[in-house]
Amino acid sequence: MGLPVSHILLATGFLLVLIGLWGLLTHRNILRIIIGFSLIDTGLHIVMVASGYVTGGTAPIADKALPIGEATLRAVDPVPSALVVTAIVIGFSVTAVMLAFAIRLYDAKKTLSIDAFTESKW
Amino acid sequence: MKRTFDLLALMLFGFIFATVIAGYVERDSLSALAQYYLEAVPRDLGAQNVVTGILITYRGFDTLGEVAVLFMVAASVGILLASGAGERPDEVGRDAAAGPSELVISGAEVILPMIFLFGAYVILNGHLSAGGGFQGGAVVASGVMLLLIARPSTLVNHGFLSVTESLAGVVYVTLGILGIVFAGGFLDSHIMPRGELGAFISAGAIPVISALLGIKVGAELSVVIDRFRS
Repeated sequence: MGLPVSHILLATGFLLVLIGLWGLLTHRNILRIIIGFSLIDTGLHIVMVASGYVTGGTAPIADKALPIGEATLRAVDPVPSALVVTAIVIGFSVTAVMLAFAIRLYDAKKTLSIDAFTESKW
Repeated sequence: MKRTFDLLALMLFGFIFATVIAGYVERDSLSALAQYYLEAVPRDLGAQNVVTGILITYRGFDTLGEVAVLFMVAASVGILLASGAGERPDEVGRDAAAGPSELVISGAEVILPMIFLFGAYVILNGHLSAGGGFQGGAVVASGVMLLLIARPSTLVNHGFLSVTESLAGVVYVTLGILGIVFAGGFLDSHIMPRGELGAFISAGAIPVISALLGIKVGAELSVVIDRFRS
């Protein structure tokens, strides 16, 4: 069988989080920082979905392939999936607001490098 | 020097994540809550897709709040990007090389109707199979984005979009209040007949709420995309 599915998913998700974190820490361009944030976001979504996986489970859709009686035995946990839909929407919203701020910041300084924005540095 | 600290922080995070993965044991049974949902959604609500049932009925209030967040984002992006009125560069003055290529224009003509059709299908199929209002709305908005890339001169009618979106929101809340009056509580989907499991018109008010959600999300995302264009 090899590796369990949820471990592969967890490793992928956490790897994406690490890549995003590396992008956040090392880049000075605001757009790249936003991309790093989105990577962290996506990685955490994968981790959340992975936490709902049940060995041998299938999608929680009760159709011909999954009669209602078998649903509790063969389906994955639907609660994390429902939560991830919420998380994706919130992640999108935060990204949209960040991009709007990035455009405003560019208008103010004509550059996207965070080195130019020293006013609010402690 | 800074790189070293970055690398150190990253390695510490990596260590934490690695221990989490190593200590995680794949679940072989469902929690009591998940079992309840998996049985109650098809039996009681008549929706095949358990996730949609949870999102639209059991967590309906939460979904309403989520749509409110999207509305707030559309509004705040509008405020943030519209404040510098008058400094908008003249789009006509751009040279032709910056416009979309022939491929994009012809491609958009062919696949744009299909994208919108697929979006409508995903929205209306939420209670039967994978899909739902949010997902379908996002598909529709991606079609709008392709339209704006292929034809940069297209003007998006914000008035029409905001009226549609507000109407969908009002009907959504009205359905929720009807749920208090005629059924078990706010946004209870039992106000309409449950129908037969797996039929297109079934699952009570879930397809209606899903369609309203799709309209709202599609309109809001289109507005957000269009705000970024200017």
